[in-house]
Order: sequence, then C-alpha cells, then structure tokens
Amino acid sequence: MSGLGLLLVLVFSLLAMFPLRAVESNEMLSDPGLEARARNLSRELRCLVCQNQSIDDSEAPLAHDLRVIVRERLKAGDTDTQVMDFLVARYGEFVLLKPRLSWHTLILWGAPPATVLLGIVLLIVVSRRRRSGLAPETVNLTSAEEDRLAELLRDQP
Amino acid sequence: MIAELGHYALVLALGLALVQGSMPLVGARGNDTALMTMASATALAQFVFVAAAFTALGACYVTSDFSVLNVYENSNSAMPLLYRLTSIWGNHEGSMMLWIFILALFGALVAAFGNNLPLRLKTNALAVQAWIAAAFELFILLTSNPFLRITDAPFEGRDLNPILQDPGLAFHPPFLYLGYVGFSIAFSFAIAALLEGRIDAAWARWVRPWVLGAWMCLTLGIAGGSFWAYYELGWGGFWFWDPVENASLMPWLAGTALLHSAVVMEKRGALKVWTILLAIVAFSLSLIGTFLVRSGVLTSVHAFATDPRRGIFILAILVVFIGGALSLYAWRAPLLKQGGLFAPISREGALVFNNLLLTAACATVFVGTLYPLALEALTGEKISVGPPFFNATFAPLFVPLLLAMPFGPLLGWKRGDLLAAGQRLAVAAILAAIAVAAAFALQRGGPVLAPFGLGVAIFVMAGALVDIAERTLVLRIPLGAALRRAVGLPRSAWGAAFAHFGMGVTLFGIVAVTAWGSERIAAVKPGDTVELAHYRLTFDGILKRAGANYQDSVGHFSVRRSGGDLIGALEPSRRMFPSREMATTEAALMTRGMSQLYLSIGDATAQGAVPVRLYFKPQVLMIWLGALIMFAGGALSLSDRRLRVGAPRRAKASAVLQTAK
Repeated sequence: MSGLGLLLVLVFSLLAMFPLRAVESNEMLSDPGLEARARNLSRELRCLVCQNQSIDDSEAPLAHDLRVIVRERLKAGDTDTQVMDFLVARYGEFVLLKPRLSWHTLILWGAPPATVLLGIVLLIVVSRRRRSGLAPETVNLTSAEEDRLAELLRDQP
Repeated sequence: MIAELGHYALVLALGLALVQGSMPLVGARGNDTALMTMASATALAQFVFVAAAFTALGACYVTSDFSVLNVYENSNSAMPLLYRLTSIWGNHEGSMMLWIFILALFGALVAAFGNNLPLRLKTNALAVQAWIAAAFELFILLTSNPFLRITDAPFEGRDLNPILQDPGLAFHPPFLYLGYVGFSIAFSFAIAALLEGRIDAAWARWVRPWVLGAWMCLTLGIAGGSFWAYYELGWGGFWFWDPVENASLMPWLAGTALLHSAVVMEKRGALKVWTILLAIVAFSLSLIGTFLVRSGVLTSVHAFATDPRRGIFILAILVVFIGGALSLYAWRAPLLKQGGLFAPISREGALVFNNLLLTAACATVFVGTLYPLALEALTGEKISVGPPFFNATFAPLFVPLLLAMPFGPLLGWKRGDLLAAGQRLAVAAILAAIAVAAAFALQRGGPVLAPFGLGVAIFVMAGALVDIAERTLVLRIPLGAALRRAVGLPRSAWGAAFAHFGMGVTLFGIVAVTAWGSERIAAVKPGDTVELAHYRLTFDGILKRAGANYQDSVGHFSVRRSGGDLIGALEPSRRMFPSREMATTEAALMTRGMSQLYLSIGDATAQGAVPVRLYFKPQVLMIWLGALIMFAGGALSLSDRRLRVGAPRRAKASAVLQTAK
C-alpha cells in the first residue's frame, strides 16, 4: 500500500542499472510475421530475475537471452506452443505469466467464475428466504377462515 | 532536538489513542455522556500530536538534519526543496508516518464535523478509529521509528531513490493514502453499528460522503501512479498488474461497490447487511495492501522470512482487525433488520448486479495477487501470475458491468422497465454500432475485439449523456425549460453521470492505445531518421546538461509531419545520479490532441549509435482524463450532500428517539 511509487521502485530500481532497453533493434527478426509472433510470445513470458515483468518489457540481460531463444526457436520453425513448451521444460512453469490450467492452479482459474456463481446462488437463496419469510402476510386463508369470511360476506346486506 | 520532540509527540499520541479507544466505550456502555464526549476531544488532541510528530519529521528533512538516520538514508542537501519534502514519504518509516497522519486527520474531521451524528454511534466509531491508530503508532514506535539518531552525523545524505524524484510521484502517495485510510471511517462506522446492533438508512447517509471522498482520492491516486509509470519508466505502459498496483486496485473495486450499495441502503433501506460487510472489506483490503507492500512478502516469501519483524507486526494487526471485524459481523449481522423488497429488474437490481461483478473482479485480483505467494508458502512450487492472466479474467467480468452501467440510472426503484430503458438507450446503442463499424473499416491489422471495446466505451459515454437528457427532457421541451431542469437536477445525479462518462472515456483510451498503438525500435546515429505513424524524427545529436543533483545526456530529435513541415523537437534523456550511481530514463513526450508521441533513449553504444524506442500512443491521455472526470463527478456528488444537511438532521432526531426507547 505504500504507494505505487515505492513499490515500483523496488521493482524497477534494479532495472534502471541495466544500460540497454527492452527489445533491442539488433534482436528483431527481419520477417515481420515471425517478429510479431515473437513479440506476442514475449509478453506472456516472465523475466525470471525481475519482479513481475515480461521479457518484452525487461532490460535485464536474462530477458535479452530469452528473447533471443524465442526468436531462434521460431526461426527453426517451432509453433507458438512448442516454443512455450521448450521454455517451460527449461525454466519451469514460473516462466509463464499466465499459468496453465492444472490441479494446482485450479483455485486460481476457478476463483472468478466461482465468485460469480456463488454470488448468484446466494442472491437466489436470500431472495427465496425473504419471500417465504414475508409469506405469512400473503398466504391463502385456512379453510376455517374461508368459512368465516364467507359467513361475514353473507351477513352483509 | 526537533527529532526528539517529534518522537515524544508520537508517544503522547499513542497514549491519547489508548484513552480514546477505551474510556468513551466505557461511557457508551454506562450511558455516561461526559465519558462519551471524551472521544471527540481526544481525537482532536491525538491529531494535534500526530501532526506535531509529522511536522517534526518534515522539519528534519527540510533542514537536511543528517544526524537523523531516516533523513540520512533518504535525502540529500542538493535536492530541491520539493523533493526534500516529498522524500518524507518516499521511504518505509516516513510513509507510515503519513499513514497515521491521515488517519488522525480523518478522526479529527469526524470529531469536528460529526455533530449531526448520534452521540453513541460517533463515540463508538471514534473508539474503533483509535484502536487502528494505536496499532499503527505502536508499529512505528517499535519497528519503524523515523526519529532514530546516528551518533556520528554524516556530512551528506544518501539521496532519495532517483526514480522517485519526480513531481508525479511527489503527489501520488498522499492521494493514495487519503483513499486507503479514508475507508477506515466506513470501517469504524460499520464496527460501531455492529457494536450497537442497530443500523438504519441514516447510517448510509452519514457514511457515504466519507466513502465518496476516499474513493475520489483513491481514483486520483491510482491514476496518478499510472501516469507516473507511463512517462517515468520509459516504455509507456500505463498498467502492469503489478502486485503493488493490485494492492491499490482492490480497495478501489470494493470501495466502488460500497459506494453503490450504500445508495440502495440510503434510498431504500435494503442491502444493509451487505453494505456493512463491504465497508469492512474495503478497509481490510487497504490493510492487506499495507501488509503486501510493507512486509517485503512481495519480493519473495523468503525475504519476508529473513526479516519478519515488521511483516509479523502488520500481519498481527491484520489478523486482529480483519478477524475481529468479521467475527463481530458474523455474530451481530443476523440481528440487523432487513429492508425493502425489490424486483430483480429495478434500480436496486442493477446495483446488486454492479456489486456482484465488482466483488468478483475484486476477488479475481485478490486471488491472482496472493495465489503465487500462498502456493509457494504451502507447496514450494513457484508460478507467475501476470498481465495475461488478469487481462483474460478481468475483462469478462468488466465488460458486462460496463454494458449494464447505462441501464442502471434509467431503471426505476423497486420495479423497473428494462424494455423502456433499452428504448431510451437506442441512441447510445446506434452510436456505439457506428463506432464499431467505423473502427472495423479504418483499422489495419488491429485485434478483432478492439472495435467492440471501442463500441462499449462509446455506449457507456453516450449512455451517461442519455441519462442526463432523459432527466432534463432536453430536445423534447424548449431549451430554456430544459436548462432550468438541468440546474434543478440534484448534483448527485450529475455526479453519477459524470463518473460513468469518465469510465467510458478511460476505457476509450485504454482500448485505443492497446489496440492501435505502434512502436519503432532502432539504433540511430546523428542525421538518421525514424518514421512512425505520420511522423518523421531526425536525430540531431546528444548534448550534456547538468541538473541540481544529476547529469543529463539529452538526445535532440526534430519532429516533422510525414508531409515535411517541422512541428517541434523531442528531448529524451538518460539522467545519471552520481550519489547513487543510478540512471533513470526521462522520456520525451509530444502531445497531439489526446494522442502522444513517446520517445525514450538508451546509453550510446561504443560505435556511437543510440538505441531509441519511439511509440505512437493514440488517445492515451483519455485514460487519465477519464479518471479526472470521475473525480469531478465525485466532487459534484459530494457538494450535493452538503446542501442537504436538513435530511440527516431529521433522521438523527428519530434515531435518538429510538435509542432512548
């Protein structure tokens, strides 16, 4: 809560020491199609030594190495999935900024839909209970009451 | 001497907080008015002493008293006065001082301006406020004392982290804290209501201005931080889904939900139990944010384990306050009476829908931020949860929310007519459809979803205008009469329309810059030209320039339109701070309407080539302009409440009668 500032400071003060910028011109592939794929993949890959930065944004030397690896694999003809698999095999799932759905990320991926569903169920339950709670005011008359009502109405002139 | 006075004032403030947190409660139990009124007096006195301590720390910074450890570590006599002042909160100890300063300020404001509150509610709320203050004052005194001295005072200080030496960062933390800490008022009032076991629509009327004020400041604080990151970090991103950003987004989402549910509570007496819970949750998330950022747990679970003193202390505060509040809630909430019924299609129903999705969005951010920490602590397994995850989960929750937004204000209370609302919004929908079609026609190779995002933004903006048009009957009755209606419209109606419109503006900016922004990465030598999106930049060379406490390497670029005429120059730089041997990137920006050209440079290579990154950011300024409009909407709404002082008064009279019974 300290302010984005302090926070980001921790994160980025390290980076500020690296003289190079993220994605350098000499890294880029000449084929624009492949380069676009490489950029898209880089945004989903974590710079392992940084805090919460993709290799696309990071200036760290390791991010540079990873960008080069991604481009080498793409040039070698890998599909996007194959590149990702290669990096996961090498660096573990930590490298993915969007974790894959598996048993240990079930809660993570399940949380958003589960919250919505839970909310809806809760709303239905509460409104049902409240409606039935108010029901005594509107329930049908018992047969004894019906008879009494009919009697009263009959007595009316 | 000044530091010692500050330290002493802080100890006294802690003493006062302990009195404020105990005696008035005793008075409230025994119906002792004299003891109860102590709450206001001690709250004001506590503020005076906290303010004194904060001023003392400020004086140490302004006079560059490097015998104070905190000043030595974070300041430097060469820094301009502004940064010497703002470096007070540019570090852990000082930012905690700012935190309690704002907390005490809010307590004093309630004490001073809460005369229309029932005495018992005010007393209990101020007592709860004092518990929070006492906990954090104790935290500062025991683990984060900014007044510690160094025996051999150094001649010069170590300087503020250069990345923080920026006007954007100078003003963003205070606003963020005003937001975070502002929610403590709603929290204290919620606990006070639970302690009493009684709550009515008037409670919402008292709490809403505080929530609104806190929400406004938080909106501005988050937008300010985002703008700072945009121009200071050198690659023009405006939101990174960084845990620290998430820590500020969570209270904002919960606070936005609270703002809307409090409307239902105030107008219709419904959703009381839920509103109380949201009030507790909003501040709890602020506390969790404090823990996340202050304990070091974010850097790594292990960093937390090596120096756990502060982390454990804040964790204890967290457990006591959040656990205590939720337990009290579970115990007392069933006693609260339910309010009015409403049909699913109604203003209330729309606001419940808003709350459902905002809560789910908040839960998503919460789980996404904490899941990697929890997983690593429990199983040792390390995963990353970054922007692609949040984009994939957050958008599906926010899009329906935004689509429903224009409908809410057009539906009636209790039972609304969705079809009629839809007919009134037809204009907005047509405008949105035109925007989608135009975007498809004009875009070359952008994402397929982008035109639809733009359509949602237009729908939200047009929807807000339709809301005002429907209320003023403009275009249907003579202009003069419509104007009179517009003037007579409650300011809160204008406020809501403004805030909703602002949300649309922000979304427009986000969609445009994300989908149609372009970039060029190159290495240039003097005389080289870089082209991007109708602009041609020529690199003229690098010159050195000395600043107060830094050395700039400035690149000079002339900017021409593709046609050829010169429209200006861009001067990005690398700024070297010798005191820390650190360099920052100072990007250069050129504003063209709402769009910006964004240029940053790296250090020149041995061959003399300078790496440059040039971005064209279409409509990027709308992101923050939208936040300003939201802030203005909040301010309009807030000014409305002051004009209606009569309403709370009447409610107070009846509440007092009920209490007397």
